[in-house]
Amino acid sequence: MAKAQTKAASVVPFDCSGRDYEPVPGDFVLKEYGADSELDTNFASQSFWKEVRKKFFHNKGAVVGLVFLCILTFFAIFGPFMTPYSYSEQSAAHNLAPRIQGIENMGIFDGSETMTTTTGSKKYNGYAEGKLYDTFYWFGTDKYGRDIWTRTWTGARVSLIIAVAATLIDMVIGMSYGLISGYFGGKTDMIMQRFVEVANGIPRLVIVTLLLLILKPGMITIIFALMLTEWIGMSRIARAEMLKLKEQEFVYASKTLDAGSFFIIFKDILPNIIGPIITQVMFSIPTAIFTEAFLSFVGLGIPVPQCSLGSLISEGYNSFTTHPYQIIPPIIVMALLMLSFNLIADGLREALDPKIKEG
Amino acid sequence: MKKYILKRVLISLFTLLVILFVLFVLMQLMPGSPFNDEKLNDSQRAQLYAKYGLDKPVVIQFLTYVKNMLTGDFGVSYNISKNTPISELIATRLPISMEIGFFAVFLGAIVGLILGVIAAIWHNTIIDNICTIISVIGVSVPSYVFALFLSYQFGFKAKIFPMLFDSKMIMKSSVLPSIALSMFTMASIARFTRSEMIEVMDSDYMLLAESKGLSGRALVFRHALRNACIPIITVLAPLIVDLMTGSLVVEKIFAIPGIGSLLVNAIQSNDYNVVISLSFIYSAMYIFIMLFVDILYGIIDPRIRLSKEGS
Repeated sequence: MAKAQTKAASVVPFDCSGRDYEPVPGDFVLKEYGADSELDTNFASQSFWKEVRKKFFHNKGAVVGLVFLCILTFFAIFGPFMTPYSYSEQSAAHNLAPRIQGIENMGIFDGSETMTTTTGSKKYNGYAEGKLYDTFYWFGTDKYGRDIWTRTWTGARVSLIIAVAATLIDMVIGMSYGLISGYFGGKTDMIMQRFVEVANGIPRLVIVTLLLLILKPGMITIIFALMLTEWIGMSRIARAEMLKLKEQEFVYASKTLDAGSFFIIFKDILPNIIGPIITQVMFSIPTAIFTEAFLSFVGLGIPVPQCSLGSLISEGYNSFTTHPYQIIPPIIVMALLMLSFNLIADGLREALDPKIKEG
Repeated sequence: MKKYILKRVLISLFTLLVILFVLFVLMQLMPGSPFNDEKLNDSQRAQLYAKYGLDKPVVIQFLTYVKNMLTGDFGVSYNISKNTPISELIATRLPISMEIGFFAVFLGAIVGLILGVIAAIWHNTIIDNICTIISVIGVSVPSYVFALFLSYQFGFKAKIFPMLFDSKMIMKSSVLPSIALSMFTMASIARFTRSEMIEVMDSDYMLLAESKGLSGRALVFRHALRNACIPIITVLAPLIVDLMTGSLVVEKIFAIPGIGSLLVNAIQSNDYNVVISLSFIYSAMYIFIMLFVDILYGIIDPRIRLSKEGS
């Protein structure tokens, strides 16, 4: 700050040498936003975001991604309520193939599956055998007789919550770290960047795995462990953007008005770099879903009977040659989730990049 | 340049020490003990602790630990195969993992480059869209899903390749795991190559090359691809690391006797010594690859070297 003040003082255009007036801190007081003050909303950022929105919705892939994400989120919230079954309720109706009202008359999703044995293959319908004529499991049931429809959407919900929560916490940590490091520069930056270099050299997944071996697996601990994985990338982006912006006039203007460092960092600069940060968040969420699925597969995921997409896939994996329908729904939902986040992130990046012109 | 390399090496060594420290602390925090056998009484347990040096002060334990790790003495396995030196367990498994990993990187890099270049040359056409769709699917689907799909289609149904790893035909049984592993690398490289190539093709020196009368292959390969390759090297390092983690699950699915499946087994049977040793090996490989790529990058691109030295 001291450096900034001398810089600001040196560019004062008036010749003050003749008068013995010493500038005091009270000369420039930052005005609080109140009822009598108005923000200039006609210019500046508004048109930029309008442009971004236009470019984003011009991008077919991004729109498809957004639509998919909305549908998936809708089902993740309401899907489990659409059936009379709960995600942990076990029944005798185990390993039933998918059966859907109406469509079953067309010969597909009628609850029959082809069993391959040593003597050859035959068609088998668990609903007919078990005399369950009025029962419909849309995605079938697993080996404990739990409804896969309910479990898939409950799992999608859990995976989404974990990924979004972990990424948002990452964003806050990484962003603050990068912004502070970039803004203060000098020794602070050097020490903070050395720390990042060392932290970056540690393979995160190894640490996450070890951490989960120690802590008891559960949603909170998984979020905590995932938190450690993505903040470095976020901090790099925030720092790079900060280095670009901190020499700009509006920052000097704010300094002249005696704004504190934290005001400048979080109120003046942050709103200007929010675009790249959101893009990075969109890229980070699929990574978090990936990592969570990996942990489930290794056996360090959400404890049973709760489920996530990863744990559903690793459960279905055990019987995927005999009952492939059990593993297909969670895989498709997961792939669609990753796909839509990636498409949205791509669209955002292109929309926010001023270099890429429309066309 | 020497100063830059020296700095990078020092940072890497320091990182390695930090990792050793973290691993050591984590090992102290592991729940339970490897000697949870109910048949053991207290004196027998104390004897075992003494045998493995677990009764000494923590500082001494750490120092001996660092010395042992750096000399390749990882101790013995507690659970997976009792009293076998871990270095022995790893020695037989590491080559298999390395081989599959190498295949996967090679395959992913080559196919990814080709896809990316094709997409960039026919930018904004149907061909570009197809390549983009392939690469988006590649980054969106976890490698173990590919592994399951491939082992179901080509192993279980078509029976072209063995479904599980067979030590009698290593080459043939490495095909499916390598393909499954390479998908993510391939897709990432394709995406990156495409955007780099498009940027390079728009540049002034490409316009110059074109106005000189160059066309076709010479233009794309000699001028565009060479310049686009420089940034691609940087993404290769994190991709190789992603590959390592992907290999854990893929090795498990194909029952490959590599270090990945060893780590998964060790995690599931609480064999800490093995987990910690393998974590160390993974970390050391990771640090080495990062160091190698950073130095390589510095040699190729003088701008990076100079700017890093300046700061």
